[in-house]
Amino acid sequence: MEEFLQQLTNGLAVGGIYALIALGYTMVYGVLRLINFAHGDLFTLGAYLGFTLLASFGLSGVIGGLAGAGLLVLMALIFVGLVGVMLERAAYRPLRNSDRLSAVVSALGASIFLQNAMMLLYGARPQVYPVRLLPTASFMLMGVEIPFTRVLLFSSSLALMFLLFWFINRTRVGAAIRAVAIDQGAAKLVGIDVNRIISLVFLIGPALGGAAGVMVGLYYGQITHDMGLNYGLKAFIAAILGGIGNIPGAMLGGLLLGVIEALGTAYFAVGWKDAFAFLVLILILIVRPTGLLGERVADKI
Amino acid sequence: MSNSITEATATPYLTLRDLRVSYGSVEALHSINITVNQGEIVTILGANGAGKTTTLMSISGLLRPTHGEILFQGEALHTLPPHVIVQRGITQSPEGRRVFGTMSVLENLQLGAYTRKNADEAAKNLQWIFELFPRLEERASQLAGTLSGGEQQMLAIGRALMGCPRVLLLDEPSLGLAPILVQFIFDTIKAINKTGMTVILVEQNARAALKLADRGYVLEVGKVVLEDTAPNLLANPEVQNAYLGGQRD
Ligand SMILES: Nc1ncnc2c1ncn2[C@@H]1O[C@H](COP(=O)(O)OP(=O)(O)OP(=O)(O)O)[C@@H](O)[C@H]1O
Ligand SMILES: [Mg+2]
Repeated sequence: MEEFLQQLTNGLAVGGIYALIALGYTMVYGVLRLINFAHGDLFTLGAYLGFTLLASFGLSGVIGGLAGAGLLVLMALIFVGLVGVMLERAAYRPLRNSDRLSAVVSALGASIFLQNAMMLLYGARPQVYPVRLLPTASFMLMGVEIPFTRVLLFSSSLALMFLLFWFINRTRVGAAIRAVAIDQGAAKLVGIDVNRIISLVFLIGPALGGAAGVMVGLYYGQITHDMGLNYGLKAFIAAILGGIGNIPGAMLGGLLLGVIEALGTAYFAVGWKDAFAFLVLILILIVRPTGLLGERVADKI
Repeated sequence: MSNSITEATATPYLTLRDLRVSYGSVEALHSINITVNQGEIVTILGANGAGKTTTLMSISGLLRPTHGEILFQGEALHTLPPHVIVQRGITQSPEGRRVFGTMSVLENLQLGAYTRKNADEAAKNLQWIFELFPRLEERASQLAGTLSGGEQQMLAIGRALMGCPRVLLLDEPSLGLAPILVQFIFDTIKAINKTGMTVILVEQNARAALKLADRGYVLEVGKVVLEDTAPNLLANPEVQNAYLGGQRD
């Protein structure tokens, strides 16, 4: 029971991170039918931005504790979001009317560029966040000791997800994003500036990914220039699991994948940690290729 | 420029001049000329593939002409992005309805008013559309994709009306509808036109369209082959043979 609760909470915390990153994949896919292969690297960029802010700008002396962590997340949100917008302008918009493959190659190129830029700037060796901003306390849950940071990580990603969910479903601009995802031509006919919506999606998706990067840095303390590869892949699988293009699906898929991975590692084999994600991917592709929440309502033509 | 007064009064509302539009290397419209006056219902007739949808999509800015121009109240339209064309007052109910299937009827209608910032005006407009199509009000919270074909057509027209257009483009609004519903849609178009709105109506149902319209154009493989008043076109033997199914009526 203790092991189970530990792994469940751990899985939810990691799953929250997967979900945040998965949202970026799924939103971009939703409006452009494109996999943004550079998305995992934007996540890494968020982690390194947090590192730089803490280490180089002397922020570590000024800020501390929860408010400091919150500020870091906010700065990563904004900065990585803006990088996302620039990425779309530079790498994807010029190829909007070209064939699929060109965009895929451009996405891979952008990924390699970002990864190598970070390696040049920060070196190939892992970096360690210079200060532990988060409290080290823990609390008891049904007789099991749960670290406070784990709850914080999970609730922060949950809060960001709810914010996005509200924005997408309850605001005018959120409705416009959904409309562009459903039918770009029809969206143009009602007067939606589709380019602006695409820019906005490239602001929101990477912003959430960047926030996830800082959160991982704060939580684990150590970051590497290629961490986006692993997290990005897992999040991509999570997005497919939930149904690519579907926003609640990405949230569900991320949390589910985190839990499956954690429980699988605990009860079956540690060495197979990454294999579980692929096992889930293969199973979902066989059993339900549209993902858990994909194509929930068929459009009647 | 020399006779500015006559020019001002004679400036047509919407003009398509020498318009050529291509899909890739294939030209679909070969220099067409169409003029629409304010307050008119103009119908564009033609067989499948004649270029009717291409014409409307060019007006809405989703297709760019390779040659020629589209002028609205004397201003170039063909260089503007689609959302600005909607702001200028031209909206479209497209072929195949293209409602946002996974969104509610109300959300679809609200999106129609996306460019209209005045909330009171939009609310009034919504009320008017619910009066035109009471069925939409009954189904306001239903997902658009689960509506019947006729209801989806009402929604597509309602959504276009939510943009408070000055010119309403309708692409085959009667397609696939039961005769009684076709009559209802055409009556509604007449009622909309009575409010002063200019209408361009693309139809396969040539007889009904010509009875409703003031003037008409006949397209054949990307060219205008006939243009006349609607009564003249109804009486035209060529039109009767090709589009009205012989001499009936
Ligand atoms: N997306 C496209 N790509 C290539 N060619 C196209 C495309 N859309 C239309 N065409 C071609 O352009 C021509 C005009 O098509 P358009 O859709 O305007 O005809 P239409 O008069 O609306 O026909 P219908 O009555 O069947 O709706 C046709 O030859 C058609 O094959
Ligand atoms: Mg057509």
